[in-house]
Amino acid sequence: MSEYLVQFNNISKFFGKVIALKDVTMKLKKGEIMCLLGDNGAGKSTLIKTLAGVHKPDEGEIIFEDKKIVFDSPRDALDIGIGTVYQDLALVSLMSVTRNFFMGREPQKGLPFFKTFDIEKANTIAAERMGQIGIDVRDPSQAVGTMSGGERQCLAISRAIYFGAKVLVLDEPTSALGVHQASMVLKYIVKAASQGLAVILITHNVHHAYPVGNSFTVLNRGKSMGTYQKKDISREKLLSMMAGGEELDKLEVELKEMDRIENN
Amino acid sequence: MSVKSESIQSKKDSGQDERLKKISPLRVLLNRPELGALGGSILVFIFFGIVAGDTGMFSAYGTLNFLDVSANLGIIAIAAAMLMIGGEFDLSIGSMIGFAGICIAIPAIYWGWPLWTSIIFAFAMAILIGYFNGIMVVKTGLPSFIVTLAMLFILRGATLAITRLITGRTQVPGLRVLIEDDPIAWLFATDTFQWLFTWLGSMKLIALRTDGTPLATGIPPSVIWFIALTLFATWILMKTRYGNWIFASGGDKVGATNVGVPVGRVKISLFIGTAVASTIFACIQVLDAGSADTMRGTLKELEAIAAAVVGGCLLTGGYGSAIGAALGAIIFGTVSMGIFYTDVDTDWFKVFLGAMMLIAVVFNNYIRKKVTETK
Repeated sequence: MSEYLVQFNNISKFFGKVIALKDVTMKLKKGEIMCLLGDNGAGKSTLIKTLAGVHKPDEGEIIFEDKKIVFDSPRDALDIGIGTVYQDLALVSLMSVTRNFFMGREPQKGLPFFKTFDIEKANTIAAERMGQIGIDVRDPSQAVGTMSGGERQCLAISRAIYFGAKVLVLDEPTSALGVHQASMVLKYIVKAASQGLAVILITHNVHHAYPVGNSFTVLNRGKSMGTYQKKDISREKLLSMMAGGEELDKLEVELKEMDRIENN
Repeated sequence: MSVKSESIQSKKDSGQDERLKKISPLRVLLNRPELGALGGSILVFIFFGIVAGDTGMFSAYGTLNFLDVSANLGIIAIAAAMLMIGGEFDLSIGSMIGFAGICIAIPAIYWGWPLWTSIIFAFAMAILIGYFNGIMVVKTGLPSFIVTLAMLFILRGATLAITRLITGRTQVPGLRVLIEDDPIAWLFATDTFQWLFTWLGSMKLIALRTDGTPLATGIPPSVIWFIALTLFATWILMKTRYGNWIFASGGDKVGATNVGVPVGRVKISLFIGTAVASTIFACIQVLDAGSADTMRGTLKELEAIAAAVVGGCLLTGGYGSAIGAALGAIIFGTVSMGIFYTDVDTDWFKVFLGAMMLIAVVFNNYIRKKVTETK
């Protein structure tokens, strides 16, 4: 058995003439948090959808626990243990915490044809799971709409883990959150990884990624700019790689120029 | 879900898990979609109790009368509510009622089918039409408003054209004689608990006809169907996996799909539900009147949606209840009948219906904000 839980080797994806992804390679060990960084349009969304089984890669292979895997649908990815939490979280704010937690996979009891949704069991599990991550759900029948953004994010992640995710793919989990809420979500991600999950954290926020990540893959215009271990790269270096260093340098020069003109 | 100071206090005091703290019953009630309709129906009964309390409206006969009207509307309102919770509309309910009526009457009268086969035929057509509505909405992604509006015209037109083609007129009478001894028709045409009413009559507790039989002969079939459907729909929505899928499909179609809810199948089955409910409505009406009429059910789709909305269904889907829709139907049924017992001109009924709906929508909007606001 190789040291990697999951490997994405030389993944390419084309949409007609557009090269959305070209030769992207990522390898993850158990317990590792890999941050996938990239500016808008870098191909992050396409890569997520390829990992989640929505798109089929045109080139390259996915190896999960030493076996080559082909996904025909998002369901396949879920079934082998790749849990994706999309930016919209797939939560219905008018529905209760419990009903959201078990949406699509409700526990049932009773005789065939008269099976009922075992809401008591579901309530207990949902409250327990949320309690484990430090969110006190006073009433699991309360609507999700009453929760804060960070709590919702944690609910969605917790749901993916409960339903057997071994690899968590998180799409911009902190983008819409304030500092406090974001740190709560990041803390939970670290905790999940420490329990043996591999986490792919997709973000454009280096400041959120750097403290929690073990390795960093930078995506730029559909191509991987390489994967770096944390010890090998600084936050500033990552930032400049992501945005295309020259652009920021240019901006700095322009700002100095403006300053000069104003001062004259 | 921030921890409030008083709940920490109660945790210390009782030594119990804070999560298990009792929520006040008022808070539970406020979170229920049928709250508005419950309040509304209480008000309506108080109003008519005062205005028409001594007019016979609340006699056995009068009560069954307004319950019958409420129940008929309720049968379609419940199905409409479930579809609305699933995030879609069905504007073809009224036309489906007319179409189902002639599907029963023409084979039975003109083609000599036994009544029960034509009833089964009508239900089969309903399932087909419901399926078609559903598959059109799901596959094309068009708004159900447009798809079922088209079906409203198609069905009404087909009803008229087919009836005129086969019978040369727009009404098909003569069904009453076929009801007796039919193995299925009694389901839609029998008053139940007749013994109770006979007994009550013999005890002189309810009004009698001149021949000594009670004026109210039994519970009409519509009321039994209405109660059964309310219970069934509530069980589905609150207690089954499929019910959770209905809420999820209406609440967030994309999200529900992403977690594995078969949204398309759920919606199609709900469209079949409204078409079947329309056919139950048609069976009861046609067998009660003994005739089918091509204009039967006109505007019923809007009344059903109105009852569902008054009952707490959101127009955007994902929220509502069957009990709410049932109460909405009771409000409309009671007022539409009760108005005859007052001095108010019956022309004002529609004004009331509209005003009631507006109030309900404003109220429901407020409740939704309450339910979803972030703390």
